[in-house]
Amino acid sequence: MALTLSLPRLREPSVLPGFWPALGFTVAYLSLIVLIPLAALIARPWEHGLADFWRTVTDSRVLAALRLSFGAAFIASLVNLVMGLITAWALVRYDFPGRRLLDAMVDVPFALPTAVAGIALATLYAPNGWIGALLAPLGVKVAYTPLGVLVALIAVGLPFIVRSVQPVLQDLDAEIEEAALTLGAGRWRRIRTVVLPAVAPALVTGFSLAFARAVGEYGSVIFIAGNMPLRSEIAPLLIVIKLSQFDYAGAAAVGLAMLVLSFAALLVINIGQALLLRRGR
Amino acid sequence: MTETKLNFNRRGLIAAAAGGAAALAAPAVLRGAAQAAAGPITLLNVSYDPTRELYKAINAAFIRYWKSRTGQDLVINQSHGGSGAQARSVIDGLEADVVTLALAYDIDAIADRGLITPNWQSRLPDNSTPYTSTIVFLVRKGNPQHIRDWGDLIKPGVQVITANPKTSGGARWNLLAAYSWALKQPGGNANTAKAYIANLYKHVPVLDSGSRGSTTTFAERGIGDVLLAWENEAYLSQAEFPGKFDIVFPSISVLAEPPVAVVDKNVDKHGTRAVSEAYLNFLYSPLAQDIIAQNHYRARNGQTIAKYEANFPKLQLTSVDADFGGWRKAQATFFADGGLFDQIYKPS
Repeated sequence: MALTLSLPRLREPSVLPGFWPALGFTVAYLSLIVLIPLAALIARPWEHGLADFWRTVTDSRVLAALRLSFGAAFIASLVNLVMGLITAWALVRYDFPGRRLLDAMVDVPFALPTAVAGIALATLYAPNGWIGALLAPLGVKVAYTPLGVLVALIAVGLPFIVRSVQPVLQDLDAEIEEAALTLGAGRWRRIRTVVLPAVAPALVTGFSLAFARAVGEYGSVIFIAGNMPLRSEIAPLLIVIKLSQFDYAGAAAVGLAMLVLSFAALLVINIGQALLLRRGR
Repeated sequence: MTETKLNFNRRGLIAAAAGGAAALAAPAVLRGAAQAAAGPITLLNVSYDPTRELYKAINAAFIRYWKSRTGQDLVINQSHGGSGAQARSVIDGLEADVVTLALAYDIDAIADRGLITPNWQSRLPDNSTPYTSTIVFLVRKGNPQHIRDWGDLIKPGVQVITANPKTSGGARWNLLAAYSWALKQPGGNANTAKAYIANLYKHVPVLDSGSRGSTTTFAERGIGDVLLAWENEAYLSQAEFPGKFDIVFPSISVLAEPPVAVVDKNVDKHGTRAVSEAYLNFLYSPLAQDIIAQNHYRARNGQTIAKYEANFPKLQLTSVDADFGGWRKAQATFFADGGLFDQIYKPS
């Protein structure tokens, strides 16, 4: 996306009318919803000076929280990349009883209030919960560990991958695969050379959506994370903690650090996607 | 776990933005008119986590009292959450008429922003704290880990549940109670007390953001051997899960004084000063003191104390003002960024 931006021209040489209202609406709307809040965030951390900002964001606790938030979001999105693709594949390519129901259920994490998802997961994965009780004898602790953070992020991220990939898979003619089959391509080769290239851009889109959502996720995580400093404390929680101490500048500093990191990560992903698309052509 | 907050101001703003310039003044005018006319007066009490049940009972009693005295109908809305977070909501524009928080520091923070007059704590009797409480241990039935006092909490294998003192007022009282015990041990000084606190928090597997969250973790998720709890929370959990928990009273604890204040800026704006002040004064009345004692908070009124004496074991209690130099000092020493609580979590 970022690569294809040309120099801004104010008068679009389009035959379609409505350029000015459309531009006015877009700028006004984006300003209200995105730009002004972002500007407020960027303006806030500096009230105690640059040194103080730097001290805040390089504090070992903040660094540990950022590492956990971004690391867990990345791993969770990778897991979802594989599992989401398989899920989408199964939902598109096979017909089985209850398929439509399952299809609808993929969206549940979208619709559920995140706190509800978090409490449900904590209840299930606590050592006395249904799943936690099965894992406890194996020495696996999920709730109140960094693993719990991962589980919550996987849960909220799954629909992004499935819903991004599904329409592309639907449009992908089965005949192309059949043709590949008649030409002697094995099962793995058909997936690698026919299916994956077609869905790759959609996979990247889904990945970046799931990743972005997971980085900022708060509600579902805090109930299952344990929230121990340096271990299972996510960056958004640190922001909330700083706010409860009336440390607005510190909270904004962590927020800004997250913003910069997210922006960098999404930029890399978008560049990767642009390269993929170019190769696909 | 903040409950739905009624933010009239913000809601008004959204309505104004959506409705355009013509509607700009309407919500404010309507609200002012509604308050002045015969309709019910609305009060918002912004409180901390464990007081839901207490204020539900108090509010019902005060609404009856106010109706019989003035004939006015009253609606009292409650909002609960971690004490610090609640204070911040008020600073950020939640239009509380009264705040009833876990510790004086959080009300000081509101006063520092000019919403409450600086001398607020001397406006009502007993440092504006109509009741006190303390910190006790809630252990699993039969006390399998034999936890009798603070020293037992750092025995190998014991897991302690408490909330994050950065966000929870109750958790700050927990830490101060533990610290004052360590200080009073033979040979105790600031270094040994700090070492004890560091050791204690190594036994804490989960830090929830509010005391209610810790209670849930301990009681419903079954995590930990002992919950450091408000005295009233401990009784509440016992009542809710009969036969599952025992309460242990440590040798030393802290005298927790959760204060109350009228938010001057907001009551003057709403025209609710008289009723708000009456509401807080009502907390000191024998009727309210009785409700307070029934909800397992320690009453101030001598007669009520005598009546419920059996329910409240006498403990050696340290006070923040006498032993820690007041909340502002305690906050800076223990809980501010870089304070004792942060120091014990530095990677070594």
